[in-house]
Parts: sequence; structure tokens; C-alpha cells
Amino acid sequence: MVPARKKILAVASGGGHWVQLMRLRPAWQGYDVVYCSVHPEYQQQIGDARLYVVPDSNAKSKLAVLRTAFAILRVLRKERPDVVISTGAAPGGLALFFAKKMGAKTIWIDSIANAEVLSMSGQKAGKHADLWLTQWPELARPEGPEYHGSVL
Amino acid sequence: MILVTVGTQGPFDRLVKTVDAWAATQPGRRIFAQIGPSDYRPTAMEFAADLDPATFEQYLTEAELIIAHAGMGTILKALELGKPVLIMPRRASLGEQRNEHQLATAERFERLGIVQVAQDEIDLARRLESLDSVQPSKRISDSASPELISHLRTFLARHLGAV
Repeated sequence: MVPARKKILAVASGGGHWVQLMRLRPAWQGYDVVYCSVHPEYQQQIGDARLYVVPDSNAKSKLAVLRTAFAILRVLRKERPDVVISTGAAPGGLALFFAKKMGAKTIWIDSIANAEVLSMSGQKAGKHADLWLTQWPELARPEGPEYHGSVL
Repeated sequence: MILVTVGTQGPFDRLVKTVDAWAATQPGRRIFAQIGPSDYRPTAMEFAADLDPATFEQYLTEAELIIAHAGMGTILKALELGKPVLIMPRRASLGEQRNEHQLATAERFERLGIVQVAQDEIDLARRLESLDSVQPSKRISDSASPELISHLRTFLARHLGAV
């Protein structure tokens, strides 16, 4: 049996989070990647790559978070990614949380919009990230996150 | 064309009203505003609550100036196209967003010298009056910094093998 090719799941919610994820694409050029976001229109930006659309949510609504969580779990079960990478926010945080438990390696890149404090999802996601990055050197800490450049 | 955009986090009438008041003094100038779910109806510029991504992209490309909230999606897209950007941060203290991160974002990006920032409506009105001074912005590259890309590739190669 030929082993399945290694796979990356790249997750971001809409707007700035998605734009930042798109700017990271050269990092996984050559690997198999599937995407997960909150707007079907993003398909046109990623060519033939598969896009899973999940409902967005934030900490304000527990029910919405639950819906996102179930949708993310479905994607993870189906795709079984080896690495999950996210630029935020809630869908990405949930993806890292579940993926880590399923044995995947996880990467969190906190949004460049968080220049003075890490995002709430970023602080939580950091605990489930094998690679935890901030885009502002001032926010790097010995215990994480690390700074290794930005989307600019 | 000047594109005004407040993104998808709800209305931002302080910005829209200020630009609309200025637009009334600018006959012949085409100004399009994406205003979000607002009750305010601009009288001196075209507007829509929202734009589909393709139309938004097209307007961004056509615009000679982008006036926006300090949303990262808009800022990055505008800079990728090398468009001058004038931003005014939303304030949580006025109920315009959930936390004050746009203030910090605006300040840092202004310090990098890649956007112009209006602190409030008065500052915005003043900057619109002297629009000729809006500098063309430096175009940013299409992707993240080489340092970040290379750090991520190293991590991926370690766990997935090199490609």
C-alpha cells in the first residue's frame, strides 16, 4: 500500500485573517494543502485547492462556537491533516485544539492586527501550538510566542 | 475614484459622515462608500452596505485613494496594490468594535510609514481638506517576509519531509 501523502490544513476566518493566510502561501508551496474558511467566495483565490466553508463565531456566542467546532471536527476527520496552520481566529483556534489531540503538528501565527496584546484566541491557541508565532517582536516571550518575521 | 470602506464589523458612521460632508464639497469627484449595516444614508457619494469580494477587489484596483477603518484585510490588500491608504481606527470606547486593537494597529502601521492615520473625525476632515498631500504608498510584496516563510518551511520540512 502506498502511504497517503502528507497533508496541510490551512485555516483562517474572513477578512484580515484570510488575507494574512494568503500571504503565507509560499511557505507550503509544493505540499498538499486544503483550506478552511468562512466564505465560499474565497475559492477563486486558491485555484484548484479544496476549500471547506465553516460557520464563523466568536467567544460572545457559545452556540455559534459549538457550531464551528462541529464543522471543524468534520473537516479534520475527513482530511486527517498532518499539519494544521492558522492565522486566526475562532475556527483556527478550534482547529488547532482538536488537531493537536488527533496527533497533528500545529502552527499558530497571531494576527498582525494584535500589536500590543495577543488576541484572546491567540493566547488560548498558543497552548495547543507546536509552533506559536507573533508578528511583533515586542510580544515575543521566552515561553512563547516567538517572533520570526511578519506577513509584511 | 476614492473608495471608502468600513469592513464587516458593523457600521462606522463617524468615518462615513465625515467623508460624506467632505464629498458634498467635491462635485465631479467619484467617491464610493461601503458603509456596513448603517442607518445613515450618504447624500454626496455612492454607497452600498456591502460589496461582494470580486467587486471590492475591482474597486480597490480602480481607486486612487482608499479611506478605511484600521482593518487588516483592507490595509494589506491596499498596500499589495500600492494604493495610498488613509485610515481612522474604530474605537471600542464608542462601541465601534470589541477591543481597542485598531488604535494599536493604526499607530504601528503609521510608524512603519506605510499608511496615514486620522485619529478622529476632526483629524480626518482636516486631512481630506489637504488631500493633495496624501503620499503614494510603498507597494508591499505579494507575500510575507522571507524570514517568516523560511521559518515555516523549515518547520514543515521537519515534520512532512522536504519538497
